[in-house]
Amino acid sequence: MAKSALSMNSETPLLRIRGVVKRFGGLQALEQAHLEVMRGQIVGLIGPNGAGKTTFFNVMTGLYTPDGGVFELAGQTYNPGAVDQVVHAGIARTFQNIRLFKEMTALENVMIGRHIRTKAGFWAAAFHTRAERAEEKAISVDAEHLLQYVGIAKESSQLAKNLSYGDQRRLEIARALATSPKLLALDEPAAGMNQTEKRELQVLLERIRQDGTSILMIEHDVGLVMGLCDVITVLDNGRVIATGEPDDVRRNPLVIAAYLGSVG
Amino acid sequence: MDFLNSMRYPSPQLSKRYWLFILVGVLCLAPWVCVFTGGNYWVRVLDFALLYVFLALGLNIVVGFAGLLDLGYIAFYAVGAYVAGLLASPHLANSFSTISAIFPGGVHTSYWIILPIAALVAAFFGILLGAPTLKLRGDYLAIVTLGFGEIIRIFLNNLDRPLNITNGPKGINNIDAIAMGSFSFGKSFQLWGVTIPSVIFYYYLFLILVMAVLIVSLRIQDSRIGRAWVAIREDETAAQAMGLNTRNLKLLAFAIGASFGGISGALFASFQGFISPESFSLSESIVVLAMVVLGGMGHIPGVILGAILLAAFPEFLRATLEPLQRLLFGQVLLDSEIIRQLLYGTALILVVRYKPKGLWPKVP
Repeated sequence: MAKSALSMNSETPLLRIRGVVKRFGGLQALEQAHLEVMRGQIVGLIGPNGAGKTTFFNVMTGLYTPDGGVFELAGQTYNPGAVDQVVHAGIARTFQNIRLFKEMTALENVMIGRHIRTKAGFWAAAFHTRAERAEEKAISVDAEHLLQYVGIAKESSQLAKNLSYGDQRRLEIARALATSPKLLALDEPAAGMNQTEKRELQVLLERIRQDGTSILMIEHDVGLVMGLCDVITVLDNGRVIATGEPDDVRRNPLVIAAYLGSVG
Repeated sequence: MDFLNSMRYPSPQLSKRYWLFILVGVLCLAPWVCVFTGGNYWVRVLDFALLYVFLALGLNIVVGFAGLLDLGYIAFYAVGAYVAGLLASPHLANSFSTISAIFPGGVHTSYWIILPIAALVAAFFGILLGAPTLKLRGDYLAIVTLGFGEIIRIFLNNLDRPLNITNGPKGINNIDAIAMGSFSFGKSFQLWGVTIPSVIFYYYLFLILVMAVLIVSLRIQDSRIGRAWVAIREDETAAQAMGLNTRNLKLLAFAIGASFGGISGALFASFQGFISPESFSLSESIVVLAMVVLGGMGHIPGVILGAILLAAFPEFLRATLEPLQRLLFGQVLLDSEIIRQLLYGTALILVVRYKPKGLWPKVP
């Protein structure tokens, strides 16, 4: 108890990633990239196209194997070599180009998210044991709650592919939340949304943060990033060129140069 | 209005039970109808149809649920059949003096031990196939599994030298029939002056086992594991990103699918009493896959329908086409086997063209 209280110290960042290197053949996609997320923060990862944001995401969530770097979640190093281990450690993600299980219902999609926090195996299912039935019940109740939480409870029995674009984004968030993450990593959650949908998304993300899950997000929409993020980290050419509060970052000449090109 | 409706139509719960009752009745009476109308031959056809349902349900786990295209599935059927063939026949004792010293009359293991062994050995081979192919998808996986099926068949064909293990192309003969105590499923039985043929005992045995496999399949489908398989089929990367251990889940699908195949292979060996490698050719793998695809991949009732149709269809043609030709032309112009292949191919093309999701697909 005392030990966990110590490691849960609010001074330790929830996520600390240092010195990430990633090469694709001769292309240096990430060069000593680093990032910190404190507990309860919403952190934005921005940068011009091709800066390495999604690569950074894929590396930290285990989809790509890094060529170097130190990865710590809640004070403990985690292994980004295996995707499922990253989720187990407590990072859940969404995808830039929505990747739902299209032929499954919205509810089933979220139920998949509970997989890692539940344990019934083949024999339990084959014999339909009492524990298995109870667990199945709990999984579907949790999933229903999450659909409600993100505001698409009435789409529960629809196939994921039949949901509207905005609802598919929400479903992806619900599915990620179902893994009980400490950190929610969103890859362009507002892409393709209209103004109303963006406002609703902002409300949802605020609420997720208030309920205790920190958020790291890649986002292009300046209004959303400035309005929502506590800290912004800017990537350019695989390097971190600035980190700080939204207003500081906005005025940073390096950032302006990265986006608009330097003068002379 | 609701009240009137409820008077006119039985509640869905009740009508479901009613249909189940009829189905069970039909299934129990079917072999007797066959015996009295067409003789034991048609009960054999039913028995084989049940074995194919068993196989198709197993393959459905691999192809239908987990989305792993397996073109060598019959290899597991072969493994199960040979496990039974070796453990319940005089063959091993005939070819090895050490074994004949221990078991002078041949190895005759009880089937209640052989069936679990067949399942385990087949599951082992399933993992053996699954482990190196984990990263392969779609067509590439199909080619490797096809090769695996052929490897197993060729091994069985050639393992008669230098040590005679499988008796090569000659196959294994005199395999024991399944027995319960002193009662053998392989002999007909006199009861109150009526002769009950052996095929009927096998029919009921197979029916019970198919029911068991069906129940397991249905339960798995709606379980945590079954859902995870479907997620992997839908989008493997996203499934990983949800924390699913796709490696273990795929191996589990291979192992369970293979063990179903292994059990049905052992049943086949005992039912036939004789096995040889030519029963396990590539075309058999394709027939079982066709059952799953034609019926409706991943949808259990559809798969059962596909298996029954494709297992009974050739027999039906065999019985009808020759008399029909004699009636029309006065002689048999085309061998029924040729027409069967023609119609078989045509039927598959039509299904793929007009019902690409199968005859009885899942309705969400």
